[in-house]
Amino acid sequence: MNILVILVPLALFLGLLGLLGFLWSLNNRQFDDLEGAGWRAISDDDLPPER
Amino acid sequence: MTMALDSGRARDLSLFVRESETGTAAMDLAVAGIKCAVCMATIERGLRGEPGIVSARVNLAAKRLTVEWRKGASSPARILERMDEIGFAAHPFSPQKLESEEAREERRLLRALGVAAFGAMNIMLLSVSVWSGNFSGITPETRDFFHWLSALIALPIAAYSGRPFYESALKAVRAGAVNMDVPITLGIVLALVMSLVETWQSAEHAYFDSAVMLIFFLLIGRYLDQATRRRTRDVAANLAALRADTVTRLMADGTVIDMPVESIEPGHLVLAAAGQRIAVDGVVVEGASEVDQSLVTGETRHVPVNPGDAVYAGTLNIGGQLRIRVTKAESGTLLAEIERLLNGAVAGRAAYVRLADRAARLYAPLVHATAALTFAGWLIAGLAWKPALLIAITVLIITCPCALALAIPAVQVVATQALFKRSVLIHAADALERLSEVGTIVFDKTGTLTLPDPSLANRSEVSAAGLARAGALAMASRHPLALAVASAAGRPPVAGGVTEVAGAGVCAVLDGIEARLGSLAFCEAQAEGARVASAYPDASLIAFRHGEEVHVYAVEQAMRADARATVDALKAQGFSVAVLSGDRIETVRRAAETLGIADWRGEFKPADKIEALRLRAAAGEKVLMVGDGLNDAPALAAAHVSLSPVTAVHLAQAAADGVFLGDKLRPVLDSVTIARRARRIMGQNLTLAVVYNLIAVPLAIAGHVTPLVAALAMSGSSIIVSLNALRADVRGDRPADARSESAGSTEVRAA
Repeated sequence: MNILVILVPLALFLGLLGLLGFLWSLNNRQFDDLEGAGWRAISDDDLPPER
Repeated sequence: MTMALDSGRARDLSLFVRESETGTAAMDLAVAGIKCAVCMATIERGLRGEPGIVSARVNLAAKRLTVEWRKGASSPARILERMDEIGFAAHPFSPQKLESEEAREERRLLRALGVAAFGAMNIMLLSVSVWSGNFSGITPETRDFFHWLSALIALPIAAYSGRPFYESALKAVRAGAVNMDVPITLGIVLALVMSLVETWQSAEHAYFDSAVMLIFFLLIGRYLDQATRRRTRDVAANLAALRADTVTRLMADGTVIDMPVESIEPGHLVLAAAGQRIAVDGVVVEGASEVDQSLVTGETRHVPVNPGDAVYAGTLNIGGQLRIRVTKAESGTLLAEIERLLNGAVAGRAAYVRLADRAARLYAPLVHATAALTFAGWLIAGLAWKPALLIAITVLIITCPCALALAIPAVQVVATQALFKRSVLIHAADALERLSEVGTIVFDKTGTLTLPDPSLANRSEVSAAGLARAGALAMASRHPLALAVASAAGRPPVAGGVTEVAGAGVCAVLDGIEARLGSLAFCEAQAEGARVASAYPDASLIAFRHGEEVHVYAVEQAMRADARATVDALKAQGFSVAVLSGDRIETVRRAAETLGIADWRGEFKPADKIEALRLRAAAGEKVLMVGDGLNDAPALAAAHVSLSPVTAVHLAQAAADGVFLGDKLRPVLDSVTIARRARRIMGQNLTLAVVYNLIAVPLAIAGHVTPLVAALAMSGSSIIVSLNALRADVRGDRPADARSESAGSTEVRAA
């Protein structure tokens, strides 16, 4: 069971990375406009028109 | 920052521009007509191609646009022009300080929520291991290790994410009161301290997960509450921006500039064109005209003004251009008096105690007493003081203010959403509760029961061809009566060669014959006019002559289409309905008869309305006041709860507890119906919370509550209460796409 001493803190650390990612996106104002963000993801304005 | 628009008039928009040190300037705009993602793409694409623009970003949820440009390379006026070319009406606005504070608070709560979520889930990871390990042979070392890890996670997270509760509890305690946050804070702190002590002593149970999960659930409620409130305020601010008041100022050197009304000072000279709303209090210096004071006094008859007469903000200039010297910008004599009445009335409302606070007052002492009694009881029963303390603290934890704290906000969030879909925006948090207590509904007439824009009343009497010709002529005039004729005719293309005769009307040559549109004398239509006047006594008349063809149009503010139906429905539900208006007695009597309302008063001044409401309140009646004009603002604040149609003047909107959009009166009915339903569900939730406690507390007193039981109880009760709250939205009669439809009609009026 000694492996737990490494694994559990490692799991927590990974979770912490996720939290930091969330906090960054929050500070980056990504939560201000959830509707627009969704549509922007699938907009294809930047593709050349199909022949 | 002035550049000419196609109307030839310059516009000063410097108030709205934010400048940065890096050489760019930015501006926020509220955009009317954004319906979907295609609109968003169109706007951003259209602006990005514009020279000088650094960035253009649309916020689809808030229907706003933020544009950034290099200083000197572009300008606000050019941006507005471009938006016009793209096809969207954009109105700059400076977000009030209060608004950005709300957005910041919301982000703060979301941050705390995210951190608490991380903590709760990771501690749960460890806790479940310990719980299952307790059955399958976990060694004390491993358990201690997990407990210490939990402590490491829980302590900083509880210190950070629990801040909203600690601050609120401290504030309450310093004020000598007790709100819901006091037992919450106590519970969290005691749970953490006890768990630390237990962990130090290698005990079996630690309650770190309970403490952090408590914070997590409570923050969900808080965040949803805040987000809903902010969204309501966003929409309201957008609507205010769309109707932004600009004033045409005559500068000393003779140039004419449009300025936002906040930039006007006493002594300035402003111009008010025919058909324009006067935005300041002042004295007429030049020009003779008629003024529609219905928004201020409710009186629908026009009042003549001449040089030397005073005019007031909010009145509509009907006849011809007026040159006005500003006496008091934004706060003239009339407004100051109304505001005085307003402040007195608002103070009286602060005494209302919210349901949540009433529950908290009962809950906190009860819980603390129970825990103390448990401790004492076990001591007497012979238990050592430490286990007794442990059990007492579990009692405190298990009474879980989760369910109680979610019981009411959850319902408020759902009910506010439901109202939102039915075109009602609620400003005040406790407005729902006050709406549910209402027994009497008092309406103002002008603009509330009637539509704010005048329309053609005797359309059926006129042939379509005649109306089309009159409409073509009317399109050339800005007079409100002409506008009514033009929109009734379907806004046909404007006739060519129209000349305006000041104070009389317009004339042109149609099909070789001279056509005239204007006053009765101008069109020699007195006889016909007298006939129409007797049929439509409250209407304003505008005449049309085309050779031998003579029509007289009666233009009046029509009753809202569903006014009678709504009044009937309200009476059917047991409400008493009344009308208090500042308009002439005869007019009000006729309106009341049409609607079937027996209780009505006319020619009421603001002070009269407050007195009438005060009498009703003294008789024990709870009144919902629905009004829109300046003269209603003090009454709106004095009533038990109030609503305002969105076309209302700023002050009235600010004094009301909520606004409703669109042409229908139905939202008023929906408000009281949904509020009553929400109140019922709040009561159910409180009952559920009490029942849960009645089951859980004896279990805790008996010493059977372990962290596992606590976690299950907490989540279970919160979920049940939240699911029940979802019932606050009545599914049956939700209007399809009502929001975009009514927003559309609002924009038309705002333009």
